[in-house]
Amino acid sequence: MTIFKRFYLSVCIGLFLTNYSLDLVANEALPGGKASVHNYGHNAFSMPSANMSITRRLDFNVGNSFFRNPWVIAPASTRARDGLGPIFNTNSCQSCHIKDGRGHTPEGTEDSAVSLLIRLSIPLSNENQRKTLLRDGIIPEPIYGGQLQDGGIPGVKAEGRITLHWEAVLQIFPNGESISLRKPLFEIKDLQYGQMSKNVMISARVAPPMIGLGLLEAIPEASLLAAEDIDDNNNDGISGKANRVWDVARNETSLGRFGWKAGQPSLMQQNAAAFNGDLGITSAIFPQDHCTEQQVSCLNAHNGGEFEVSQKILSFVEFYTRNLAVPARTNIADESLERGKKLFQQSGCANCHTPHHTTAKLINQPEQSEQKIWPYTDLLLHDMGKGLADNRSEFLANGQEWRTAPLWGLSHQKKVSGHTELLHDGRARNVLEAILWHDGEAKTAKEYVVNMQKGERADLVSFVESL
Amino acid sequence: MLLAKKIIYNVVWLAILIIIILNFSACQQVDSQPLNKALISEFKEVSERSIVIQYADIAHAVFEDALFTAQTLKVAITQLRSYPSETTLLAAKKAWKLARVPYMQSEVFRFGNAIVDDWEGQLNAWPLDEGLIDYIDQGSYEYVLGNNGANANLVANKKISVGTTVLDTSSLTPELIISLNELGGSESNVASGYHAIEFLLWGQDLNASNSGAGSRPASDFMMGKHCSNGHCGRRAQYLWAVSELLINDLSYMQKQWAPDGPYRKLLLTENPKQGLRKMLFGMGSLSLGELAGERMKVALEANSVEDEHDCFSDNTHYSHFYDAKGIQNIYLGEYTRIDGQKVFGPSLSQLVRRYHSGLDSRLSNALEETMKHFRRMVVAAESSQNPMAFDMMIAEGNTKGRMLVNQAINALVQQTTLIEQVAEALTLGELNPDNADHSF
Repeated sequence: MTIFKRFYLSVCIGLFLTNYSLDLVANEALPGGKASVHNYGHNAFSMPSANMSITRRLDFNVGNSFFRNPWVIAPASTRARDGLGPIFNTNSCQSCHIKDGRGHTPEGTEDSAVSLLIRLSIPLSNENQRKTLLRDGIIPEPIYGGQLQDGGIPGVKAEGRITLHWEAVLQIFPNGESISLRKPLFEIKDLQYGQMSKNVMISARVAPPMIGLGLLEAIPEASLLAAEDIDDNNNDGISGKANRVWDVARNETSLGRFGWKAGQPSLMQQNAAAFNGDLGITSAIFPQDHCTEQQVSCLNAHNGGEFEVSQKILSFVEFYTRNLAVPARTNIADESLERGKKLFQQSGCANCHTPHHTTAKLINQPEQSEQKIWPYTDLLLHDMGKGLADNRSEFLANGQEWRTAPLWGLSHQKKVSGHTELLHDGRARNVLEAILWHDGEAKTAKEYVVNMQKGERADLVSFVESL
Repeated sequence: MLLAKKIIYNVVWLAILIIIILNFSACQQVDSQPLNKALISEFKEVSERSIVIQYADIAHAVFEDALFTAQTLKVAITQLRSYPSETTLLAAKKAWKLARVPYMQSEVFRFGNAIVDDWEGQLNAWPLDEGLIDYIDQGSYEYVLGNNGANANLVANKKISVGTTVLDTSSLTPELIISLNELGGSESNVASGYHAIEFLLWGQDLNASNSGAGSRPASDFMMGKHCSNGHCGRRAQYLWAVSELLINDLSYMQKQWAPDGPYRKLLLTENPKQGLRKMLFGMGSLSLGELAGERMKVALEANSVEDEHDCFSDNTHYSHFYDAKGIQNIYLGEYTRIDGQKVFGPSLSQLVRRYHSGLDSRLSNALEETMKHFRRMVVAAESSQNPMAFDMMIAEGNTKGRMLVNQAINALVQQTTLIEQVAEALTLGELNPDNADHSF
């Protein structure tokens, strides 16, 4: 082959690749498809879908108001927004989903854990509890229920107080370098309603970011299920299992999509559950406050009417949470990012952090309909090993399984939230630490990263941080 | 004798004020003559740049009026402090209401101009937990749970503790008051601005959705044995300090838009198309997100008096009216000053008319239609027979009130749709929510 011919060929291939990657790049830069927004500051997670019509933006604003403003104790003059408690974690959605972004771990040992909460349950001990397990996915702690509420209205004691200590865990790389990870040790103090069950299981959860949730909801169920490989029949070491959870409105078991263990089937139910568990607000979906029989002052407290949040207001909040847009990526054309992207594939990260999906055609949700999106998740459950385990099951998710967390928006987290913490309990202080906590099904991928050259690892991290 | 003295005092102050206002207006005319000449030559073509200049001129006039009326308010507050009586209290309330007229017309500048949006919190933040400032009726007081400053009562306390910190509040200066905004991280701690003054003049509105505003007695400002609710000297001092602060803040913003003001210069160095985008973005954002959404539809859906904007004075109908008026001003390139003078010049309306006369008349009509609905709300609220204030309109089961509010909301939505069409017609691109400084 002459030099000229070779040159000609490489130009052709080059042109082909350029065209191909330009197309790909253009898509990737808009992780939320046409709903993506170009806002890169402190408010990057608070914008409505860019493809939303103006009249619908009015509804977005109304939803925002109920998401942001504090709920008050009943009875109050603001009847639509009363009914807080009797026990609760916080008084508004926004106080945990700060700036519609991720919560954080408490700074000091004694700081209140506002944007982090603790779920509670006990193991199944008799067959009568099967029905509870079917509906709730867990058996609640007999006195304290399924979640520790560390706040109470006047006259009703908070259930207890969360304290947090960190334990250092050393990770050594083959080149001799090491980094110190931190593992949280949660303790519940000042229990106000007696001793907890001896075999209580606790699971700490940081409030997740709110962007792109409507798009995740719009991924066709069939395409999520197609990626399932429960028995690892393809022998790649990765199973992938969809959670099947109770859908209250449909009165049947359905695919789980939301929450750290995919314990909720829809945004409507996720929101209603958060109103109920975190704020103590009842609704048609969850009509009971979280008071157990032992919590008499809680049971006797004044409540804010039959359903403290009306279906109408829940619909506004649903609309709002469906339409918090994913910000565009600002930097994608960098060479190191290209290298990082390849390493992301090669290491196997992309086997669970599925880069790309196409949403279903939805008549009443034009913003989410038929969008090419880049969330980097399969929404399936994976065994993440002992290190990350909470040892508390939730529907089909066992104590070591977690839902693959979406990675979109990570490039904006620092500006929105002022920190770079990751994972369900916020233990990872940055992307590399989060990767190093991966184990179980992700062990091969993690080891691939550990054994990389230092420069390669930096490229991989830069890529994830650019999403 | 005393009465005569007061009258003389009043007259003298009024005369001084009039002189100040006239002087300012005169200076303005002289200063802006070269500018006007430039405008006249461009006027026939209505250049995009001349429209942005007119936008800045209106901003300057509006903020200057806001400053003048705030100065008048401070005079009235000084009067109230020196001669507390129901008469001087009423005069201060009237001055406050007058001060809201230009200020609300300035709100349209908030959106699209980060300099205004970042600044306005200190002047107009709301809602506020009023127990931060003064005594409240514990039985009906609702504050944000977890707000450590909600019962600080600055008027009564020379030091306050927030969490583990103890703050010296012995001297109620404007500087101290600034530092108390968002105390302890809570946005409900609003120590300064129009609503703090409003609360100090009217007191809490304890009538819920029934007729009536707050009813603070003038004796709250009287010295010695006539003083009601204690700490009258500190209350008067607080009121004086916040009005001083208001003047400082308005003075800063007025200078920014003045003929040689730094922000005006910056605005005019940008591509005029960017200026036009800011104008339309501001009109749309205030119409839809802020006024129709936050201030009206949320209030209506929540049936909540806590969502009423000017809740102590029951002046919300006028606040909304002048917000809407501000939007119309920008499109028509005109503004009626508090002394009745008209500021007018090259406008978006003229520009649109040149290319799309149908669209111009549709938007002009829509803006006027909106004003018609807000006028109806004002008439209902100010009715001498059966006044229906905004907090009554949004009450559960008030069909007539709901209709009044809904019609105004729908008119705002309609005008916003046309504002977007105008932006498209002027090839300014979409007014995407993500391309400017505040959510649209």
